[in-house]
Amino acid sequence: MDILYSVFVAPFLDMADAPLFFAEVVIGGLLTGVMYSLVALGFVLIFKASGVFNFAQGAMVLFAALTLVGLMERGVPVAIALVMAVAVMTALAFVIERVVLRPLVNQEDIILFMATIGIAFVLEGFGELVWGSNVKELNVGIPDVSFEVGGILLNEFDLFAAATAAILVAVLAVFFQRTTIGRALRAVADDHQAALSVGIPLKTIWIIVWSVAGVVALVAGIMWGAKSGVQFSLSLIALKALPVLMLGGFTSVPGAIVGGLIIGVGEKVAEIYWGPLIGGAIENWFAYMLAMVFLVFRPQGLFGERIIERV
Amino acid sequence: MFYRETGQFKASYASDEAIFPIAQDRWAVIAIVIVAYVVIPIVANEYWLQAVLIPALVFSLAALGLNLLTGYAGQLSLGTGGFMAVGAYATYKITTAFPELNILVVFLLSGLVTAGVGVLFGIPSLRIKGFYLAVATLAAQFFLVWLFNRVGWFYNYAPSGTITAPPREVFGVMITGPEAKAEARYLVALAFVTVAALAAKNLVRGRLGRSWMAIRDMDIAAEIIGIPLLQTKLSAFAISSFYCGVAGALMIFLWLGSAETLAFDIGVSFDVLFMIIIGGLGSILGSFLGAAFITLMPILLTNAPQVVGISMAIDTQKDLESIIFGGLIIFFLIVEPHGLARLWQIGKEKLRRWPFPY
Amino acid sequence: MATVGAPETTAAGSARKIGGPLLKIENVSLAFGGVRALTSVSFEILEHEILAIIGPNGAGKTSMLNVINGFYHPQEGTITFKGRVRKHMRPHDAAAQGIARTFQNVALFKGMTTLDNIMTGRNLKIGGNILTQAIYWGPAQREEIRNRAFVEEIIDFLEIESIRKTPVGRLPYGLQKRVELGRALAAEPDLLLLDEPMAGMNLEEKEDMCRFVLDVNEEFGTTIALIEHDMGVVMDISDRVVVLDHGLKIAEGTPDEVRTNKDVIDAYLGVSHD
Repeated sequence: MDILYSVFVAPFLDMADAPLFFAEVVIGGLLTGVMYSLVALGFVLIFKASGVFNFAQGAMVLFAALTLVGLMERGVPVAIALVMAVAVMTALAFVIERVVLRPLVNQEDIILFMATIGIAFVLEGFGELVWGSNVKELNVGIPDVSFEVGGILLNEFDLFAAATAAILVAVLAVFFQRTTIGRALRAVADDHQAALSVGIPLKTIWIIVWSVAGVVALVAGIMWGAKSGVQFSLSLIALKALPVLMLGGFTSVPGAIVGGLIIGVGEKVAEIYWGPLIGGAIENWFAYMLAMVFLVFRPQGLFGERIIERV
Repeated sequence: MFYRETGQFKASYASDEAIFPIAQDRWAVIAIVIVAYVVIPIVANEYWLQAVLIPALVFSLAALGLNLLTGYAGQLSLGTGGFMAVGAYATYKITTAFPELNILVVFLLSGLVTAGVGVLFGIPSLRIKGFYLAVATLAAQFFLVWLFNRVGWFYNYAPSGTITAPPREVFGVMITGPEAKAEARYLVALAFVTVAALAAKNLVRGRLGRSWMAIRDMDIAAEIIGIPLLQTKLSAFAISSFYCGVAGALMIFLWLGSAETLAFDIGVSFDVLFMIIIGGLGSILGSFLGAAFITLMPILLTNAPQVVGISMAIDTQKDLESIIFGGLIIFFLIVEPHGLARLWQIGKEKLRRWPFPY
Repeated sequence: MATVGAPETTAAGSARKIGGPLLKIENVSLAFGGVRALTSVSFEILEHEILAIIGPNGAGKTSMLNVINGFYHPQEGTITFKGRVRKHMRPHDAAAQGIARTFQNVALFKGMTTLDNIMTGRNLKIGGNILTQAIYWGPAQREEIRNRAFVEEIIDFLEIESIRKTPVGRLPYGLQKRVELGRALAAEPDLLLLDEPMAGMNLEEKEDMCRFVLDVNEEFGTTIALIEHDMGVVMDISDRVVVLDHGLKIAEGTPDEVRTNKDVIDAYLGVSHD
């Protein structure tokens, strides 16, 4: 009886008792969720446009951030460092296309997925080899000031991150839906060979997509890095993005956002209100459980394409 | 000219269905078995047994398990570490609660426990497929590790949070605990692996194995010809988890001696996955080759610089290992996506025709 | 249209006894969202007969097979198989009850050999549990050998001995179709559904396939329903024909009756009715 009470009643009473705190938790969750979405966006881009589940996205976030910080540490001014970082990520896209994607054209998805795991290892090792593996501070001039609105504590930085994500999503959505390149990208995601046979330049498309994903990774890296320092654990954020993708569907840009928000809020709320009951640190697995349960009822995620079985 | 089947005719379906239909293969396997059981315990030193052979055996078992699930049944799983943890902690709890129970029996019991857990986490596989399923298995991985970390009951409330293998003996020989000799532990592990490999091979060449492969290749068609999807998928999860659970138990009790949940974290899941990719998905032999490869490689990489005469910082070494590791994975996927086992098969083909080129 | 040369035992002069209705389709309607695939279709498949289902593309023929199979569930109508009315049969149940089929786009298990593929067709007939299979020696091995012997007969029948151990992914299309037929036969079905079994074959291959279909019907008494576009084949080997167009049944009868039916001719020529 006690247990039932503490699981199903008490947490909600707590929420009602201190509504402002609850609002803070929710908003905090939303903002974390936005950060997850940023990483998830990179996944969605690549998956939507090349059908590849890019496990290396997290490593790309780390690598991009490391490059930026490394350059800045060596005295390069922020603006130039940003441009150079973008250039590096574009170069990376070229390399990946040439060395990994081209030889594996039309292989099964799982082979490509494994290849991206390989890329992740290489990127992590290489990034740390070149720039060093100690934690670095990243300061790109975004203020980290907290202020109060109606009794709720908000953080300027978090809001900035949210705004950035919103703009990025809007741009990407337009890009996919309205432009010719966007359409070509969708064709490629569907069927490599078919796309080739109608003259879509696979090579160019892939380079474009991976570059864009690289830039998205850079943005995500900046946000995360500024918040908690640039370090190895950044690549583990990628793992967190996976439940986001599961919820939102692998092929949906709005899904990545909504999924991120749901996971962010869900995680935080669960940790604060239910966490103490079972020993804390549920954040490690809650997101996955949530996504898994959700998927059982809706296998394609919230916005993903309905999987039609055809015989 | 040595490796030819001329003159070896199969007069019955039984001999055609045999595991090693070619006589030369049979002799080779017998030789390997003799070497493994008789020669190595006599010849090998402590270091080789502890650092190379025993872990290779433990991971071969885990790789076998994962290969059955992912390579044969096509269900991608990233929860191997978690399942191994279940086996290890189950063994710990059972043997500390019932010290008189034969430890070998305890290993098997913990395998059964793990099979149960595997079935539980396999249920979503009916609705979720492919990458989505992989992410769902991550839920198992993270949850199980958290569970064994947080809930004190699992490690008998030891303040350090680690579990330690209590000394146990079998037929008068000490096989776990600090007194156990490396040779004894090696032989027990070898025995488990041998039986497991045989059972696995039998399963995959029979009805269940074909059902798994049917589901892997085209599950809709499989259902239409009468293969029950849920039961078949769950059987794959169950048997695979059994193997991984026993592997986890062996890892702690016969190899490491003690551990905390870090020994079963997501890195292990990826390691075992690499083993079966590099070794060959859907191949029993591949599981062994992959496990040997991944176990040996770090040792080679750590020792190679010294052999060649370069000295390197540990950090640099780790980074290089990462790069080489990732590079090798990509290389293998491009060159031979079906892994070492396929390379081996191709090699045998060439051997058959030798000295002719084709 | 070139008539495919059929052996002596044609449908017309056959000594097979065609029995009562094995499968009854009554007023079956199937829709996907707004698309009506089948509208109030009714017909029967008689025991031991060869029934051809024909019609222009998009008529709903494959959907009809999928309904019989239990892969799609109709919104309306009843299906009676072997005298029992089925409600929401799953494909796995359909297989257990004796319905086997082949597919328009060959649905073989590409990672396995010909032999293994056909053996999977035997799946429902092979007994044994996990433990006996893991041990193999003893009952499991005997089961395996017994079923292997049966499958070898099918391989013999279909003349595919030489490709027994070849992974089916490497076989040419025509042979893949033959292997698929073998897999369906392995289940010893009472009702065999063939979805365009001759598609993409040349004249010689078609003749072989026709011979196999007729032999299966003659020797094992298997009832066969096939979707086919080649009119020569349809006229030569089927006992009766059902014609579908836009989800409706527009004719049913012997091949000769159907050939001269005005509605059928119009459907194929695309003539619209007033």
